[in-house]
Amino acid sequence: MFYIHCPYCCEYREEEEFHAKGQAHIARPADPDQCSDEEWGTYLYFRKNPRGLHHEIWVHAIGCRKFFNVTRDTQTYEIKETYKMGEQPKVTSVSDTLETEEAAQ
Amino acid sequence: MSDVIDIDAIGEGQVAVMDQLPSGEIPAESPLHHLDSTVPTFTSKPAGVRLWEEALKGHLVLRGNAEDPTFQRGVEAALGMALPERLRSVQQGPLSLRWIAPDEWLLVCPGDQAAALEIRLRRHLSGHFAVVNVSGGQTLIHLAGPDAAMVLKKSCPYDLHEHNFPIGKVVTTVLAKTQATLCKIAADQWELVVRRSFADYAWRWLVDASAEYGLIGDTPATAAQRRASTGRHPVSSET
Ligand SMILES: [Zn+2]
Repeated sequence: MFYIHCPYCCEYREEEEFHAKGQAHIARPADPDQCSDEEWGTYLYFRKNPRGLHHEIWVHAIGCRKFFNVTRDTQTYEIKETYKMGEQPKVTSVSDTLETEEAAQ
Repeated sequence: MSDVIDIDAIGEGQVAVMDQLPSGEIPAESPLHHLDSTVPTFTSKPAGVRLWEEALKGHLVLRGNAEDPTFQRGVEAALGMALPERLRSVQQGPLSLRWIAPDEWLLVCPGDQAAALEIRLRRHLSGHFAVVNVSGGQTLIHLAGPDAAMVLKKSCPYDLHEHNFPIGKVVTTVLAKTQATLCKIAADQWELVVRRSFADYAWRWLVDASAEYGLIGDTPATAAQRRASTGRHPVSSET
């Protein structure tokens, strides 16, 4: 079981109170009309499945009902940090950096 | 069944406020009315737990920006109390205000005051806010007695130790297989806000979980008295 720190309640709560909501920090293309089918398809359907650090959205469903971000190691299940919507992770991996660079190109 | 009692031009838009209390001959019914507010009394042991429903209270959900001084002042002017801190509740006469989320609070009031308070809040607030009357959507259960905490410990994953859960704290958490907003109002007293559709389940769960500690429920007489005081046919309120 996870013991998850909700950044809005500022308390640790049992995993039972939360739901996982998939990959975090997915940016919607600024101009969908100018997207190629591949770009739009990637945005809609393709998700990371890393072995190691992963940034996820969770919701404190039976609690304050706020969405927030979790950085979690998918190998060890260790939660490295939780942070509010709109904030950036403090704990990042090499693959995060590479992907940011790819996106910038 | 209800008339629009106040149409007020506030800021950008008009809001129609309705008194949701049934009028005339239509009886109001709490989500637990079919249980008649009574519980079986297990008298083989000294009473460790007392359980009753605070039926037909007014429940208003208030939303706004807690950081905004105008919003803070508006709430204080309307209710006579400031917004509670995170995970806390505040009380002012018959009104209580519970923290639900960083931008959401639950105001519980006597059933016949909900519409008047909604109008009061709307008159004192401006800009981006919301007041919604959810009285019909949930109910309040009172759990008291020296073993009340034991019943909750069986039902909730939350740490109920007094260091972690002092008087005045509010926590929305798992209760059995549903959810409840727990508020500790005294050393041995808890208020639980449960959803209407889960009220029957939560109530029966609590009755069953209390049995081993000796449960005293309302007698039919006190239940009737309580119903009368909460107003099964509430009268209209003064603004
Ligand atoms: Zn929370």
